[in-house]
Amino acid sequence: MSRISQVIKTRQASGGKIVVPYLVAGDPDLGTSLRLMHALVAAGSDIIELGVPFSDPSSDGEVIQKGAERALARGTTLLQVIDLVAQFRTTDPDTPVVLMGYLNPVEILGYEQFVNSASEAGVDGVLLVDMPPTESPPLAGMLADAGLDLIFLVAPTTSETRARLIASQCTGYLYYVSLKGVTGAAISDTDSIARNIGLLKTFADVPIVIGFGIKDENSAASLAKLADGVVIGSALVQKIAGLPASDAEDTEIEASVSLIGAIRKRLDQTG
Amino acid sequence: MLSKDVESRHISNADPLEGPDRLGHFGPYGGMFVGETLVAAVEELAEVYERLAADPDFWEEFHRDLKYYVGRPSPLYFAERLTSAAGGADIYLKREDLNHTGAHKVNNTIGQALLARHMGKTRLIAETGAGQHGVASATVAARMGLECHVYMGSEDIKRQAPNVYRMKLLGARVVPVTSGTKTLKDAMNEALRDWATNVDTTYYMIGTAAGPHPYPKLVRDFQSVIGREARQQCLEQIGRLPDALVACVGGGSNAIGLFHPFLHDSEVAMYGVEAGGLGLQTGKHAAPLSDGRPGVLHGNRTYLMTDAGGQIRDTHSVSAGLDYPGVGPEHAWLKDIKRVQYVAATDEETLHAFHDLTRMEGIIPALESSHAIAYAMKLAAELGPGKQIVVNLSGRGDKDIQTVAAIDGIEL
Repeated sequence: MSRISQVIKTRQASGGKIVVPYLVAGDPDLGTSLRLMHALVAAGSDIIELGVPFSDPSSDGEVIQKGAERALARGTTLLQVIDLVAQFRTTDPDTPVVLMGYLNPVEILGYEQFVNSASEAGVDGVLLVDMPPTESPPLAGMLADAGLDLIFLVAPTTSETRARLIASQCTGYLYYVSLKGVTGAAISDTDSIARNIGLLKTFADVPIVIGFGIKDENSAASLAKLADGVVIGSALVQKIAGLPASDAEDTEIEASVSLIGAIRKRLDQTG
Repeated sequence: MLSKDVESRHISNADPLEGPDRLGHFGPYGGMFVGETLVAAVEELAEVYERLAADPDFWEEFHRDLKYYVGRPSPLYFAERLTSAAGGADIYLKREDLNHTGAHKVNNTIGQALLARHMGKTRLIAETGAGQHGVASATVAARMGLECHVYMGSEDIKRQAPNVYRMKLLGARVVPVTSGTKTLKDAMNEALRDWATNVDTTYYMIGTAAGPHPYPKLVRDFQSVIGREARQQCLEQIGRLPDALVACVGGGSNAIGLFHPFLHDSEVAMYGVEAGGLGLQTGKHAAPLSDGRPGVLHGNRTYLMTDAGGQIRDTHSVSAGLDYPGVGPEHAWLKDIKRVQYVAATDEETLHAFHDLTRMEGIIPALESSHAIAYAMKLAAELGPGKQIVVNLSGRGDKDIQTVAAIDGIEL
């Protein structure tokens, strides 16, 4: 069983929900990202989605675009992001880390080197937003051989036939996109989310988390009820945007992840 | 289901010139690399297009619009004085600059507007660099009474003020894009974000033969009217097929439109001319086929201008319409199988060609098309007398006179 599945199982055994924060690696710099990762774990995160910055993030809203621009202004590369995970692993052997980003940096690095370095660094899963299952076979096979999970998105526009295909290819967890739009937009239709998740649960063997548009404890609590957990991206990246470009005080780091602590607390209360 | 898809990908390329396969692949290039929210939309478009492309009534309507609204066929013109100046092969110009709206772009927007109408979409979005595709999109939107939003980099809005005003006159909303490099690629990112948000009502009119399947195929099919006419005109006017075709390549829609109907004519050589900017060796250019590598951007795998870490590099070209870091996937494939040779013309060579054609033939070419003219003059000298070259004059240059004047130090 992968580290991701293990962590989810443990949390669920105690009746809890999975909290998955997303941050852009290298925003505002790699040293701060490492401190943020540890702070996120301390605040009650189960899994960390580490965004690999890309120059053309066409599925992301403005907040995450700006985070990527800040990281790229520092010259952050995919190999540095993988190295960040290796550093994180030296003191945290338990918290799963998922690399989330776009395909091109992985293509240019080369699938083999990517899978080998990621696996060696202690990465647990990969989510590439512009690599649908039909285009994934060469990389999917290599990730599976290395024991890394490959996570896919299901959107409100995804047909049932296609959702079944995606669920059958997906390992670790399935990421349900709560809205038609980009990351950080506003959720408008909770009923259809409930309906779609209900359907997904009838055939998906993996846990389901919901992301895009979760802003606070209330939205986290109302969506967590429908699934196994929630992803918090833009709302966290917005807080991180307020940090100094380097050498943030410990209190500033803690303050920027306090949203995650508040969500953890609320979800634990509401079960 | 998946394993069958993969299988079909590997057995489909019996004839390497007959791409794409069912999933949009030209060899290893092309494909459908979009976020999950858009997959249903591109799949729906692929289905609708497959159905309509098999329907003669659809093509009849398309060709009726091209004849009575665009003004086709465009002439094939023998450029006698340019030929003398080049000192070799005869140079013929395929006059896409004479189309309504002044460029080849309208062939595609006419076709895609028909698709949008068949799909019941009420809102058009488009990205534009030089503004030619934006104008062509705003034009068909006006004609069909559809809402139209054109995404344009804020840098390009500054460079192409006349086209911005043209779009506004036509009733389109021009949305400035301030992210990234503030040029065409960022406009495309923003259009993709809009599409994901408004996917139920919106048709995304991509302006070149790139992007996710089925765009590279359907844009090529609509633009192939250029090559079909040129082929027929060569047979009628010259009495045989030409020795070479030359076209500029940004995303590559005018080039693939000219080339495609000639691909099986092995005696016809083909040259795609990329934007060499300040020179390939300077890195300041927009020539991914000449100096790039395969990667994935904007829905397809193709040659890209990308750095060692996989970030998309800034491009440079004197012509906003070629200032794009990718290229259509069919060109990537035609390069690899060596059916088309891809070369580059620098800004300087391009400006010379712009002035030459203007002064010798009384035709002001778009800066994009001037790249093709520049290379064709070189090629004419190499091939020598008795040979024939067809150059795609993809657009007229009125939009560029401010740029050229500024470079020549003239204040208008």
